[in-house]
Amino acid sequence: MIKRLTVILLLAGIGSLFAGLVMTYVPDEELNLTASYYAERTAEDLGAANIVTAIIVTYRGLDTLGEVTVLFLTAAIVGLVLSQSRGRSQSTRRARDNITSEDGLTSTPATRRELPPPGELLTTGTRLLLPLILLFGAYVFSHGHLTPGGGFQGGAILASAMLLLLLSNPAKRFGHRLITLVESTAGISFVFIGVLGILLAGGFLDNRILPTGTFGELFSAGAIPLIYTLVGLKVGAEFSSMLVSLSETEEL
Amino acid sequence: MALIAMITGFLLILIGLYGALSNRNILRMIVAFSVANTGVNMVLVAVGYMKGRTAPILDEAVPAAEAASRIIDPVPQALVLTAIVIGVGVTALMLAYAYKLYQSKGSLDISKHTELKW
Repeated sequence: MIKRLTVILLLAGIGSLFAGLVMTYVPDEELNLTASYYAERTAEDLGAANIVTAIIVTYRGLDTLGEVTVLFLTAAIVGLVLSQSRGRSQSTRRARDNITSEDGLTSTPATRRELPPPGELLTTGTRLLLPLILLFGAYVFSHGHLTPGGGFQGGAILASAMLLLLLSNPAKRFGHRLITLVESTAGISFVFIGVLGILLAGGFLDNRILPTGTFGELFSAGAIPLIYTLVGLKVGAEFSSMLVSLSETEEL
Repeated sequence: MALIAMITGFLLILIGLYGALSNRNILRMIVAFSVANTGVNMVLVAVGYMKGRTAPILDEAVPAAEAASRIIDPVPQALVLTAIVIGVGVTALMLAYAYKLYQSKGSLDISKHTELKW
């Protein structure tokens, strides 16, 4: 009871802080200096229609590289933690099975949970939707410089196709090799394009290593579509590897 | 409009904190943290909003010449895009550790895990 009261008191304190913030909030009338620089210079300098994409991929490209690295680390740690525990749980279960069988009391093997079949609707729906989802994901990350969207969103859509596959058949096991290959190739190419920016253009991850092209077309904005495609593939592979690692914890 | 989004965001943060502090089940705490995370993102997006302006994407309706007076602040949006992605990573890590904790004690009740308690 005292604990709950403390929680409510704490939240009331934080809530009053928030209320003070909301009460005194005055929305800006003009863009601040940084934002108006981005608004005015993006089309001219980089040739990208989506200013958010221009900020993420070029102006703050180094931060995006860091973000992708954080995601990579997360996927690696999830895989590491879950693979260790998976190995141990299998060995303990095997040991347990051996003991029971030596006792001769129970002769049934490890209690295997039988999954019900996924059903016609889910199977057909998956087959129908999977190519469409993959196509939509590729569209979103290749048009990141023109429309709302980009590598991270497109990668998440690609991973949702993976999730659909896992939902329709939870016992399905994917090879980690392809996922790792896509992820590392995309990561190395991302850094390579960044270094090319130093050699051929203004600095690390500068997008003007390719011609900026006609404003508003697919092949424009220099290296932005290329970089965002790589980011999309990398994020899709990382999310897929997390999903696969988490789904493999299910003991079947 | 921005004020409604901002108040909703702050409420979501409070709900998430309440859920994380008052629940004993680790999975529920993870859900509560995700709710609080969403609240932070909503507040950040609401700060960047300006009345009567449009999304920071240039086209025929928003020519580059008058972009500075027609679009909302693109910087918070870029920040939130990063925050969402990192939030997914944090949630995935929390779930992996929750699984690990469940294996070690056979329970998801936080009061059973007393190793770091003093």
